[in-house]
Amino acid sequence: MRPQFKILSDDLVQTILEEAHALLLDPGVRVHNQDALELLAQGGAQVDFDSQIAAIPEKMVQTALDTAPSDFDLYDFDGRPAVHYGGDAVHFDPGSAAINLLDHETQTQRAPLTQDFVRFVQLVEVLPQLDAQSTALICADVPEEIGDLYRLYLALNFIRKPIVTGAFRKDTWWTMRELLVARVGGEKELAQKPVAVFDVCPSPPLLWSDLTCQNLIDCARANIPAELVSMPLAGATAPVTLAGAVVQHAAECMSGVVICQLANPGAPIVWGGSPAVFDMRSGTTPMGAVGTWMIDCAYSQVGKSLSLPTHAYLGMTDSKIVDAQAGMEAAGGTILAALAGINMVSGAGMMDFESCQSFEKLVLDAEIIGMAKRLLAGIEAREETLALSVMRELGHRADYLTHPQTLRWFKEEFYIPSQIVDRGSLDAWERSGKRSAAQRAAARVEQLLKDYKPLALTDEMRAELRQITAKAAQSFGMTELPALDIFGE
Amino acid sequence: MTDDLLTQLTQAVLVGDYEAAAKLTQDALAAGIEPLTVIDRGLVPGMDRAGEKFSTGEYFLPNLLIAARAMQESMDILEPELLSRDEQMTNAGTVVIGTVHGDIHEIGKSLVGTMFTANGFKVHDLGVDVPVEIFVDRVRDTNADILGLSALLTTTMVVQREVIEALSVAGLRESVKVLVGGAPVSAAWAQEIGADGYAADAVAAVHLAQRVLGQTPDSA
Repeated sequence: MRPQFKILSDDLVQTILEEAHALLLDPGVRVHNQDALELLAQGGAQVDFDSQIAAIPEKMVQTALDTAPSDFDLYDFDGRPAVHYGGDAVHFDPGSAAINLLDHETQTQRAPLTQDFVRFVQLVEVLPQLDAQSTALICADVPEEIGDLYRLYLALNFIRKPIVTGAFRKDTWWTMRELLVARVGGEKELAQKPVAVFDVCPSPPLLWSDLTCQNLIDCARANIPAELVSMPLAGATAPVTLAGAVVQHAAECMSGVVICQLANPGAPIVWGGSPAVFDMRSGTTPMGAVGTWMIDCAYSQVGKSLSLPTHAYLGMTDSKIVDAQAGMEAAGGTILAALAGINMVSGAGMMDFESCQSFEKLVLDAEIIGMAKRLLAGIEAREETLALSVMRELGHRADYLTHPQTLRWFKEEFYIPSQIVDRGSLDAWERSGKRSAAQRAAARVEQLLKDYKPLALTDEMRAELRQITAKAAQSFGMTELPALDIFGE
Repeated sequence: MTDDLLTQLTQAVLVGDYEAAAKLTQDALAAGIEPLTVIDRGLVPGMDRAGEKFSTGEYFLPNLLIAARAMQESMDILEPELLSRDEQMTNAGTVVIGTVHGDIHEIGKSLVGTMFTANGFKVHDLGVDVPVEIFVDRVRDTNADILGLSALLTTTMVVQREVIEALSVAGLRESVKVLVGGAPVSAAWAQEIGADGYAADAVAAVHLAQRVLGQTPDSA
């Protein structure tokens, strides 16, 4: 039996869905995108083109849910299925789009540069606990206008794992698609074996901005999976009650599914989000709050009730350094996300309200993810008897350490962390320099990066990716892209 | 009678009972109490005490903001009375505030606006996704002392620079102090684009404004 966590009663799920349907009619959804408004009107919604508000009847949502796939795969760049979106499958990727990096040497946040992100994706590539990449850092050494596509360009030179990404503009989405098409060898190949999923974020309450709505429609038409990232902020941009925030999330996501399926019935779409409870002292958006975790678990349960793939931003901390708060918050969110069966859990490495990434936290989080995955595998009957046979054989002797059964099973029964987790004696700890977990993590980062093996991409492929990116950079005033060190020379 | 009404009004503001605040304000006017007295001895002490409670951690943002709402409901009744008497309440300064073009993040900006209002500033909140030229026009029209520019995205923070440049072109840069804020914004960024300051949160924004205008900031 696989351990599971459900936070809502079936009745409450029903009530949430009913209220979400009612919200879609009154007050309706604000849609600041002409294309989407026309699709909605043709599909049967009552659209006021002046106020840009659409009232979406329940029937339209049902039709969209009928055509939206209940599952799909993301492929790695070698063409093998790597991430299954659907059911209770659970995968992890790093938190994305950090504008800062915690510099371990100085313990201060600084703007990330090209080589930082290259090292970051290499680290994710060699961490077995992470199932997918994300465009995790926004590089400050290129113009802001190409910040989205530049990350993807860099990643495509180094990664085999599929990637969670997103566009910051309407036009850059097309460049990002062009990069992906170039990397996988064709539009058809990309549509048949998706390697990337694009985050699209409605704005609370009940608004689709022009940009994000266009990204959603463009993804649907190209059959590229889109991940709805609805982010009710309970008590500020959403009702303060957790159930109320989940209703708002459901209404926003339903409207996203409808727009997506109107643009292209059958296009893959993910029920995701990044909600938070508002901090009533600091006015911040704590990702490590228990209320935030509860909203995430609740909305994913709602998404599952509609047979949709799910996603959440969980496993993050609001701490500014890799300390006790960072470990506490990352562990709580990660374990709950796993038990809730969320298909893609984004957050590893992330701190300071989704604004700062840390290499050290990433490798620590990988251990938490390892523990969570072990937890999910549950407790099983491994042999014909659980204990009877081996205990009768050994009688009252405590000789299990030398018994073949121990050798046979210990690696599957236990999760064995890297030495980042200190389980040695006090004496051993003192002799090895009395290091904190963050210091051990920093050492492990350097060690792991040595394991990264460059991709065997052709020079032509690398040149094509660079050319596509350089062209976009030129249109925003950058004549030459920063140098890219492919082989770590 | 007068003291009793004003004490009740102070209490209504403090606990954020905006319906009571509106009614007590009308009662006070009906009892012949001068609008400026209602403000100085009824509303301001309530708001001050709410601010103190927030500083000590007893009050949370909802307490503070609902107190500001109660004060505002009362002010809406008092302002026409002040006008008809040709009187003005002490204005700490005129603030134009908004989230820059391309950015629709509202909450932080609104919080800052509310805190300015609660501290005696006259606030013109232009909302979100505000075009550069609208900022310039409103700074000119209102003769603003402070312009607050919010940006929550790395892609839109560059617009803060555009607004500052547009103010220079319009010959308004010297007459207004420009304060910037938002998640990706920093003191270094403020300096780089030639802003007059950066504040990390709503309370800090008010203190910063008081400082750049040469007023004595609250001890808080």
